[in-house]
Amino acid sequence: MADNIIEFRDFGFQYKAQQSPTLYNIDFAVKKGEKVLIAGPSGCGKSTMVHCINGLIPFSYNGTMTGSVQVAGKETRDASLFEISHTVGTVLQDSDAQFVGMTVAEDIAFALENDCIPLPEMKQRVQQVAQMVNVGDYLTHAPGEVSGGQKQRVSVAGVLVDDVDVLLFDEPLANLDPATGKSAIELIDRMQQETGAAVIIVEHRVEDVLHRWVDRVVLMNEGRIVVDTTADELLSGTYLKDCGVREPLYVTALGYAGVEVTPQKHPHNLNATVITDEEKAKVQKWFHETPAAVRKASDDYILQVRDLNFGYEKTDVTVLHDISFSVRRGEMMAIVGTNGAGKSTFSKVICGFEEPRSGSILFNGEDFSTYSIKERAEHVGYVMQNPNAMISQVMIYDEVAFGLRNRGLDQEEIDRRVEEALRVCGLWRMRKWPISALSFGQKKRVTIAAILVLGPELIILDEPTAGQDYRHYTEIMEFLLELNKKGITIVMITHDMHLMLEYANRAVVFSHGRVIADDTPAHILTNPKIIEEASLKETSLYHLAMKCGIPDATAFVQRFIDYERTSVRHDKSV
Amino acid sequence: MTNLFNYIERDSAIHNLTGATKLICLMLWSFAAMGTYDTRYLAVLALLSMGLFKIGHIRIKDVSFMLGFTAIFLVLNTILVYLFSPHHGTEIYGTCTYLFGLEGYFAPTAEQLFYHLNYWLKYLATIPIILLFVCTTNPSEFAASLNRVGVSYSVAYSVALALRYIPDVQHQYNEISKASQARGVELSKKETLIHRLKSASAILVPLILTSMNRIEVISNAMELRGFGKNKKRTWYMARPFRVWDYLCIVGCAVLLIITFVLNHINGGRFYNPFQ
Repeated sequence: MADNIIEFRDFGFQYKAQQSPTLYNIDFAVKKGEKVLIAGPSGCGKSTMVHCINGLIPFSYNGTMTGSVQVAGKETRDASLFEISHTVGTVLQDSDAQFVGMTVAEDIAFALENDCIPLPEMKQRVQQVAQMVNVGDYLTHAPGEVSGGQKQRVSVAGVLVDDVDVLLFDEPLANLDPATGKSAIELIDRMQQETGAAVIIVEHRVEDVLHRWVDRVVLMNEGRIVVDTTADELLSGTYLKDCGVREPLYVTALGYAGVEVTPQKHPHNLNATVITDEEKAKVQKWFHETPAAVRKASDDYILQVRDLNFGYEKTDVTVLHDISFSVRRGEMMAIVGTNGAGKSTFSKVICGFEEPRSGSILFNGEDFSTYSIKERAEHVGYVMQNPNAMISQVMIYDEVAFGLRNRGLDQEEIDRRVEEALRVCGLWRMRKWPISALSFGQKKRVTIAAILVLGPELIILDEPTAGQDYRHYTEIMEFLLELNKKGITIVMITHDMHLMLEYANRAVVFSHGRVIADDTPAHILTNPKIIEEASLKETSLYHLAMKCGIPDATAFVQRFIDYERTSVRHDKSV
Repeated sequence: MTNLFNYIERDSAIHNLTGATKLICLMLWSFAAMGTYDTRYLAVLALLSMGLFKIGHIRIKDVSFMLGFTAIFLVLNTILVYLFSPHHGTEIYGTCTYLFGLEGYFAPTAEQLFYHLNYWLKYLATIPIILLFVCTTNPSEFAASLNRVGVSYSVAYSVALALRYIPDVQHQYNEISKASQARGVELSKKETLIHRLKSASAILVPLILTSMNRIEVISNAMELRGFGKNKKRTWYMARPFRVWDYLCIVGCAVLLIITFVLNHINGGRFYNPFQ
């Protein structure tokens, strides 16, 4: 068809180094000006789709293509990467890496520079698109001086400057905090309306993308398109669940309450969803009938922090102000807040990577400040966000044994402890494997095992599930829950609201280097003031409660979590 | 953290010159200073370069790290030259004037000391100019100017990109090294050299692997935005040449010519006060 800007026909692709194809029988088209969401779990082939659309396949990645892909009516294999880039503008997942200029203005101008556009025209076009995405005030700033959300805006400006017909977003929400993610979706929507370009969003966070209208959702699994339909149809079926993609929470909650979700209810957005009085009564009934879980708070503190202040040496800026809170023995808690709120810095101070200016840290009632990094590591383990940044050995066994060998323990003791850690982490049968053969989630387990083997009572994990789809997220989190049940205290640093809602018993909220809240996740995610300050987002469950006439939204959210933990995940520990 | 290659954003006559001008002037100046051992001329150049520092609004403390580093290198160099060839000056100037009533192989001679003085002046005439160039030239302008003097733009851009990522890599190194220390990696001087090398590999392996990964993403990002499409590209940071740019280049060219003239008059690179 003439008005298809992107068209796949019976398309298949197999990477050169792989045994079997990554994509099979793809039939899919995007019309001019259309807005399409491509969803699916990790490894379903959605990144490969992105590469096929923007021309990196076949021009940068080798492999065998079957069938046809046309961009603007031309087979991609007959075009060139540069030709395609004039039609399709790609905003990469990692906006840090996409930022190639030394300043915001230069980065936006990058495509124009490569096109040999004369300087006066270039300056004018840069001004114009910078205004469009609201980064006009930062034109001379360096990449290190702008926030994650601003970086993404710069990336968007960098492709808009080329007047493209298709805007392709590869996991635009992956590195953003909830509030920034929300405004990113709003920005994408506005850009589509202003430029008339087609928009393709590849993302597994369906609920967040549906914050604004999309024309169609294409769901992929195992290299095939499962369904290509409207959001309303999609949410009315069990497609998402079957593929291991998370449904919007309000859809799940309606399901628990026995309300049937149909396309006529317009479930694509909670504001548009039609819920009859009878159905509201059903939700209320479910709320009142679900028992509230009983919690017992102990007074046994493993870590107590009092009036902690920290700032980097050469600058006068204080990064942490009077941080005071305690971690109870055996709890699983979250530290949340925006990028740069001081969460990671705080954990580095605890682990001894940085020296605080003042304040005290008590571990098991003892002063921690006299301990070296090595000594602290025997009590507190720190797992970095990127497992590749921690792995230095080739074999799994050696990686886990590394810390013990450095301590000079005898072989027998090392064998015993490594075996124990590997068994706990479900890696024992892979002990002789090279680490390179593992998936991201498995590597994460290896790094956790390598910390666990040192025998800490408390583990701090920085973004334990970053970049993971729902299935792997659940896998990692259930594993952490297991560890927690074995008595290890767990502190998770995150900006994933699902994670804190579903797995943390308590959350401490950081904002601009201060602690602004210390409460249950249900309380925090229903408190507009804290949400605003910490750049979080209300959970849709809160709005569902409002819509169904349940005044105590916090209790409703809490009930949902408890119900999931006890009835769905069969977890009796709460 | 010390930033080795740091552009310092300030407003000065030197900042306002284009990158290409500064690069060309730097080369002319260096050749002028390298080409001669004429004490009088080197002294003038050294004084001039310090004056330029003032004009460029660059303070000594901005470049103290590099200055200190150069000073140590220079002292070391001087001592070594003296130890290995204490009569180098005598050979050059053809006379031997012992000082302080001492005599012997290692005894100081006026010629040797004079040679060292020249050596020091040469450094004083060139190092400030290099530092000045580094401090007053924005990395992207530097890339643009490399391209203008004939270096291919992909090479020029890689240089600029490398400079841009130095702080990132430093930051990552710091993180990884702290995390490995928690697992018992020892980098302190207490350990033997072999042990320390082994420990360093525990930090370098993950650092290299994560960097490689980034390079792939960055090169994709650049290609997707048309990098490498044309033989040429324009530069957002490029600035047109102005009168001052031409004047500076001409001025530096004159300096180089003076060097040639002096070499001709002195009958060689050395100015000889001993004959």
